[in-house]
Amino acid sequence: MTAMSLGPYASFIVTSYLLVTAVVLLLIVWIAIDYRRQKQTLHELEAGGVIRRSGRSAMDIR
Amino acid sequence: MTLIDLANPTRFLSLTTRLLPWLAAATAILLLIGLYQSAMAPDDYQQGATVKIMFIHVPNAWLSMFVWGVMSLSALGTLVWRHPLADVAAKAAAPIGAAFTFLALVTGSLWGRPMWGTYWEWDARLTSVLILFLMYLGLIALWRAVEDPSRAARAAAILTLVGAINLPIIKFSVDWWNTLHQPASVMRVGGSTLDRAFLIPLLVMAVAFSLLFITLHLAAMRNEILRRRVRALQMMQVAQASQRPA
Repeated sequence: MTAMSLGPYASFIVTSYLLVTAVVLLLIVWIAIDYRRQKQTLHELEAGGVIRRSGRSAMDIR
Repeated sequence: MTLIDLANPTRFLSLTTRLLPWLAAATAILLLIGLYQSAMAPDDYQQGATVKIMFIHVPNAWLSMFVWGVMSLSALGTLVWRHPLADVAAKAAAPIGAAFTFLALVTGSLWGRPMWGTYWEWDARLTSVLILFLMYLGLIALWRAVEDPSRAARAAAILTLVGAINLPIIKFSVDWWNTLHQPASVMRVGGSTLDRAFLIPLLVMAVAFSLLFITLHLAAMRNEILRRRVRALQMMQVAQASQRPA
């Protein structure tokens, strides 16, 4: 399938698909960065001697 | 593991960590199949190739309402059952719902220009979806404005339930008022009016985007739980520092 077969409104179609791709990628990257940031902050806090009342690590998910 | 067990954030995190890779893989595979089917779908006899915008516009439009529905159930969970993860679920869903609504508005606009001759019309369907988008932004702003998550939760839950009134307005706006937007053609009494050549790629894309939402939502919920643990530890740090002798 080539852009030629998309007809006179190819730019509208291509722009729509590119925009959806960009926004979905942005969401994925934002969530991934946020996850790393929260994990890093938790590690720093626990390394500084701050621990939960239960005594378990905040990163312990078992 | 029962539903009650998932009320425990640690158990929820454990389940999420195991599920996310499988969900992400299933989403990617289904999206690829959907995109291939969309590319191979024939042109519409009236709309030509612009019908391909439908395969991304409609799933985003459906999800924009579905996500608010999920947030409304979460709001009930916050207000009625005080479920510990209900507010987490609602807060994590809002930015994702806002993104789907934004995409529904913009792809609809890009589809409207060649078909209707205009990017925008202040009719009932378009305006009610724009209001939905503004409500998402309002909720995100509310959560950011109140530092204590438990205090923000109640206000956000009430606002979410009030905003749910907009969902039937969006759905039936094309039947109740004159609008440029076409009436329902998939989810309607009497069955779909779409030809199978368009219906199948559309449904595949709808399932793919729904899986995408579930994947992103679980990941965002995991982040929100960790954020609350960070906040709790930071408060303990401040409390420990204030107890130390000067």
